[in-house]
Amino acid sequence: MIIYKIVMSQMSLSFIKSPENNSSMKLRKKVYMIAGYNTISMGTGRSEFHPKKPRPGLEDYIKEAGENVLSQIGGAKNVDECVIANFIASRYNKQANLAAFFPYIDPNLTYKPCIRVEGACATGGLGLATGIKSILAETADVVLVVGVEVQNSVKAVYGADILAAAGWYKERKDGHAHFFPGKFSDRAGAYFEKYGRGKTRKAMARWYTNAIENARLCPTAQEFENSQKNLEQLALTEPNPNMFVDHLNVYDCSKVSDGASGIAIVSEEGLKRCGISKKDAIEVVGLGQAEYDLTKAPDDPVRLTTTDLAVKKALEMAGINHQKLATVECHDCFTIAAIMAVEAMGFAKPGEGSDFILEGHTSREGKIPFNTTGGLIGWGHPTGATGVHQAVTIWEQLTQRAGQSQIKIPTARPYALSVNMGGDDKTLVSIVYKKC
Amino acid sequence: MKYEAKLENVTVLGAAGKMGSGILFLTAAEMTRQKFLPENKNRDFTLYALDTSNRALSGLISYIREQAWRFAEKNIVALRKTYHDRADLIDNEHIIRQYAQDLLSIIRPVTRMESAFDSNIIFEAVSENPDLKVQLMSTINKNNPNKPWFFTNTSAIPISWLDEQAGLNGRIMGVHFYNPPAVQKLLEVVKTENTRPELSYFVAEYIKNLKKIYVPSYDVAGFIGNGYFMRDILFAERMVNELKENFSYVQAVYMVNKITQDFLIRPMGIFQLVDYVGIDVVQFIMSVMKPYAIKENIHSTLIENHINNIVKGGQYPDGRQKDGIFKYEKGQITAVYDPDKKRYFNVSEFSNECDEYLGELPEGWQTWRKINRDSEKDEKLKKYFENLRLSKKPGAQLAMEYLRKFREIASELVKNKVAFKFDDVNAVLLHGFHHAYGPVNDYI
Repeated sequence: MIIYKIVMSQMSLSFIKSPENNSSMKLRKKVYMIAGYNTISMGTGRSEFHPKKPRPGLEDYIKEAGENVLSQIGGAKNVDECVIANFIASRYNKQANLAAFFPYIDPNLTYKPCIRVEGACATGGLGLATGIKSILAETADVVLVVGVEVQNSVKAVYGADILAAAGWYKERKDGHAHFFPGKFSDRAGAYFEKYGRGKTRKAMARWYTNAIENARLCPTAQEFENSQKNLEQLALTEPNPNMFVDHLNVYDCSKVSDGASGIAIVSEEGLKRCGISKKDAIEVVGLGQAEYDLTKAPDDPVRLTTTDLAVKKALEMAGINHQKLATVECHDCFTIAAIMAVEAMGFAKPGEGSDFILEGHTSREGKIPFNTTGGLIGWGHPTGATGVHQAVTIWEQLTQRAGQSQIKIPTARPYALSVNMGGDDKTLVSIVYKKC
Repeated sequence: MKYEAKLENVTVLGAAGKMGSGILFLTAAEMTRQKFLPENKNRDFTLYALDTSNRALSGLISYIREQAWRFAEKNIVALRKTYHDRADLIDNEHIIRQYAQDLLSIIRPVTRMESAFDSNIIFEAVSENPDLKVQLMSTINKNNPNKPWFFTNTSAIPISWLDEQAGLNGRIMGVHFYNPPAVQKLLEVVKTENTRPELSYFVAEYIKNLKKIYVPSYDVAGFIGNGYFMRDILFAERMVNELKENFSYVQAVYMVNKITQDFLIRPMGIFQLVDYVGIDVVQFIMSVMKPYAIKENIHSTLIENHINNIVKGGQYPDGRQKDGIFKYEKGQITAVYDPDKKRYFNVSEFSNECDEYLGELPEGWQTWRKINRDSEKDEKLKKYFENLRLSKKPGAQLAMEYLRKFREIASELVKNKVAFKFDDVNAVLLHGFHHAYGPVNDYI
């Protein structure tokens, strides 16, 4: 109990109020991310994937991601703590107690403090936040964070039941068979009604096209091998409410994915211990978290108000505005969510997110490239891994490791932003990163 | 009597067979759908699954359960609405399980024919044995006071002959499902001059509710599907005999199968299709059609030679292919049977010589699966067939000969009043045989 109190008192001191803005806080010490790694996002679209053939299990993904991070940071001996981010392996894989997989990654992690976190699709973001707070609390200088989800263990129709746990269980009975597509279909319907359907659908199709084109540049992306022509035309396929939902087609939705991502979160001391120079690291300069009541419907179905708040908090903590950002990883679980996220992040006014996308600003050649390896729609959405994958992508971009998908990072804009959303705008984690 | 009232008591004859089990499932799904309609809440629906063996019937229930689960998974959006009032059914999985239970609760597996004596509708799906069909339908008709309607799944026997032999007075119609019925979209429907109009109305609604499509056929032995298929086999055999002048029998069979599958971009080669259907089934269909085909000899020595050696093809209950004209390993052809030498010859021993003779596939070739998914399918097929036409390679030349025959068979089916029109023949080949193109096309 005494130890707990000490940690809590350290955590309360971990954020200090910004001198420029009394409402925001700044990180009290330097926090870095290094040594990112993504497994393949496995599922339909990958030539290795066959639903009836054996595939890697949960532990295989955890091990692959964990080992590859450890190999970049001088091994498990350098790790103080571990965080595993997983939404719901207890149902997809009949497996709980996931923190105990860390010693399976490497025996040198045996007996080290490990924790598992969960916050639906924002689980990965919460994993990062937990790691950041360990550094700030000074309980660790090196934290290994692994996000993982293996969802192809059940058919999508049963996966919908499992994923519905990200909503309030009392809504399941009246919810759609495809619970979350149903939620965002309702939002799309409201958005169409308020701002017009034609342009919005075109923007959704453009988002899909950008996502696939970006994924084609990233070998680990689920849509890497997608060779479909006329993507935009395909994405404009009319929704079929009899078989799916009213306002979305399957191209508007991220796919079912298996995969893991790993990254190390370190202090300045941690960097030294791992023998990593700052040019190979990115600095965490802003963290915004926000929650909304799980039992309540959104105040306004055409706005992501919790996303809005989390991004504001992160940007305020970083003390920057949008003009300083070189790239964004946003939570495009659905194309309509992407349009609303563009607005919630403040890149466009309400109702003008479609224009922003259609004018090409979010493409890799645009003003602010979004989701440069495909995002959730193109790269994949192994739920618990997604937030970590976003951080890894940003780490790759800001340290010039992104290969074919590398974008230009202007000197005057050395920052990047990630937004990881759990449920229907309920659990939000937004992080601002800076090139070192 | 209204459609739903007719459906209250139905029997499927030969319910444990491949076709019967599919028809049983589809009918059970339609009866379950009717049961859920508010206006039918006081109706009881019963479906007798009649077959000769208790053992087969026990396997049948497992099959129906699996199909019901698949159907419910696919139709979960609608089923959530159907079960909305059931507070205990929350997850998709709860609803799917309940649907399967509800569908199975309609079915009564039975081995005694007396069960059919109360039915309004009889779906007949026993083997293609004319005498057996007549005996069963006649017995039920004599003992059933409801003047039942008979829907026969025969793919070859003229309906008017069955009507006359069984004494059904026009209460019969051909409703020919394609294999497997639960999956295949197409049905061929056959009316006779005596078929009562109310049967047609029922069938039209039944097919519409199953979300299937149908093609009408004249009441001529073999109808459109087998009328085409049997002649396709006979032409393939003729080509085998011609090739045998320069190659061994097994090489000739291998080459004709390759021409029909690869050069003609079909889902499977002609002899593989024979194995899929069953060599014995093909022989039976030919024997049924033979007496009605006055100007041609519907008989295959190649088929007969296999049957004489008890090589029958067909499928195991789990869907795996049995050995027949070909031997299969993991679904791939590995050897060809020679009826004279009474043994299989490995394809690897002779295929190189055959492939070299046939020549490479013309430019623009794509697999059947790929071309079917191509949004520019028509354009690409046109280019491919143009290259096929210009090629001087034997494989391409033989494929062209086949294409011309393909069209000729279709023309004869229309000319001889088997099919009403070319579109119907094309529809059968496209939707029943899953060809990428119909025999009447602009490619040649």
